[in-house]
Amino acid sequence: MAFNNTVIEDFKNVWVFCEQRQGVMMPTTFELISEGRKLANELGVELCGILLGDDVDGIAKEIGGYGADKVYVYNSPLLKNYTTDAYTKVICEAVEEFKPEILLFGASNIGRDLAPRCAGRLHTGLCADCTHLDIDMPNYKGFLAEASTLAPDKIEKLGTVMVAGEKKDVSRDLKMTRPAFGGHLMASIICPRFRPAMATVRPGVMKKNEYCADCAAKIEVLHPEFKLEASDVKTNVVAIEKAAKKLVDLIGADVVVSVGRGISKDVEKGIALAEELAEVLGGVVGSSRACVDAGWITADHQVGQTGKTVHPRIYIALGISGAIQHKAGMQESELIIAVNKNESAPIFEVADYGITGDLFKVVPELIESFKAAKAAK
Amino acid sequence: MKIIVTVKQVPDTSGKVAVNPDGTLNRASMQTIINPDDLNAVEAALSLKDELGCKVVAFTMGPAPAEGMLRELMAMGVDEGVLVSAREFGGSDTYATSQILAAAIDTYGIEEEDIILAGRQAIDGDTAQVGPQIAEKLHLPQITYAGKITKEGKKITVNRMLEDGYMVVEAETPCMITCIKELNEPRYLSVFGAYEAWSKPLTVMDYNALKDHELIDATTIGLKGSPTNILTSFTPPQKGAGQMLKGNGKETTDELAAILAKKHYI
Repeated sequence: MAFNNTVIEDFKNVWVFCEQRQGVMMPTTFELISEGRKLANELGVELCGILLGDDVDGIAKEIGGYGADKVYVYNSPLLKNYTTDAYTKVICEAVEEFKPEILLFGASNIGRDLAPRCAGRLHTGLCADCTHLDIDMPNYKGFLAEASTLAPDKIEKLGTVMVAGEKKDVSRDLKMTRPAFGGHLMASIICPRFRPAMATVRPGVMKKNEYCADCAAKIEVLHPEFKLEASDVKTNVVAIEKAAKKLVDLIGADVVVSVGRGISKDVEKGIALAEELAEVLGGVVGSSRACVDAGWITADHQVGQTGKTVHPRIYIALGISGAIQHKAGMQESELIIAVNKNESAPIFEVADYGITGDLFKVVPELIESFKAAKAAK
Repeated sequence: MKIIVTVKQVPDTSGKVAVNPDGTLNRASMQTIINPDDLNAVEAALSLKDELGCKVVAFTMGPAPAEGMLRELMAMGVDEGVLVSAREFGGSDTYATSQILAAAIDTYGIEEEDIILAGRQAIDGDTAQVGPQIAEKLHLPQITYAGKITKEGKKITVNRMLEDGYMVVEAETPCMITCIKELNEPRYLSVFGAYEAWSKPLTVMDYNALKDHELIDATTIGLKGSPTNILTSFTPPQKGAGQMLKGNGKETTDELAAILAKKHYI
């Protein structure tokens, strides 16, 4: 029987693409499994991982610890390193065989290469870089009431959409919410006519469940048959080079101290001050896009729409004006402190505490004050 | 051999953005620019042209004013422009857009040694989907996030950037490569180039030009052919303004440290 992905009721279960690199599961996979669990519960279906690699059975059960019921494992030397062709072929054929209704990927440089190719082949919709996912309408409406400026009556009326001239109920559809236009707007996207509904999800946004060792032991591991030949793969991975320096772990950081254009007067000193302040608080240094574009700091430090999304306990913005693209990456932080010379800088709109002043004068004082406060504990 | 570059005219989201009362973007109030990553793709194409002496053709899908952008690219050194434009194409999501652009590129013709270059993503949607989906529809190999590109005959070698390093990937032409800003520094348009731009060929491909292509039918293009729909769009609420501390000397930083200590942040 030919694969017909417009017969919505044929499709069942939530799937997560489990990204591994060099045999190690990417942390985003666990975030997706945790979020996928929530969606699967709302739908009353199973949550399954799909894991591709070479001899990766050893890490397959890990996702069970975060809530997956099953994991489909595909082992082959041709799947050892990521290639678009091999991974797309195996995933698309698995989708045609098992027919999941939802398929999630991490929005990594690999997920964002693979997911569009799969969606193109499967003829289905894909929503990029999602920051929020819902199934249940009441939950979704609750989210909108909190996270949007939409009028309550407008939120209440949501429930159906016009699709190709027909009114369609979307209460069982995946609502995929993401920033658009650099974070100026948010949009919730649905894929009402085709399955699976596909999304890539921003790393660091979804909360990871507590690891449950018993659940990991109980996960069902499956090895479906599949066909993959060397001739299916049109690209050749010649080498994989790790970055020379250790990259900053912005997403996992408890405290982020970010610098912006305000350090231009003395870039080296500005970064050194941020590093010192970060060290006092046990945090790491982030930056605005301006500093990365100017070549003052490497791209792994960038917070914002085109950088990383962070939500540390404390976020300190030094000399950052607060363009909407930057705010999109940090405004969910628990506590935000901003130091800026310009008292009308937009960063103060999202800051819990603001200090108007020159960062080169304020930061040394901050370092002293924080040190003293910590010593007094 | 030739290089095809796909480009998009986008609203400049780095400036002030006006939002209509219904939650949609007030596009009329915004400047349009050439999508930044696409300029890196154009520069990569022009560098290869400088080296190998091949033709560079820019493709864009959009309304008629996008012609101005194609002329600008011609002033940079692009040899030819193709504007894919029709009412029937309006409202397309990434899937439908890729379908249309793939049909347009295929109609123009792809040869053995050709390369298709695209920007990684456009700043209006930030999806990074159209490049890979064009490649899928044309059954071509793709390499995304290119930080370095070299070509020797039919063999292409690319440093494909990852979050924690890069892969060195080889492919044979014809293939699709998407470019990131670290790849190069786009050149400026030259005065002579600007003068010359108006005499370079520009083709418009409308619905009639593409309607017989196998990728094009009512179920695959425009709003009706898009697998995704917008359920709602909205602006996030402004976070309640915080507290501006008085002064900026040691007393102020001590005060802040005391507040944080009291709230158990430090």
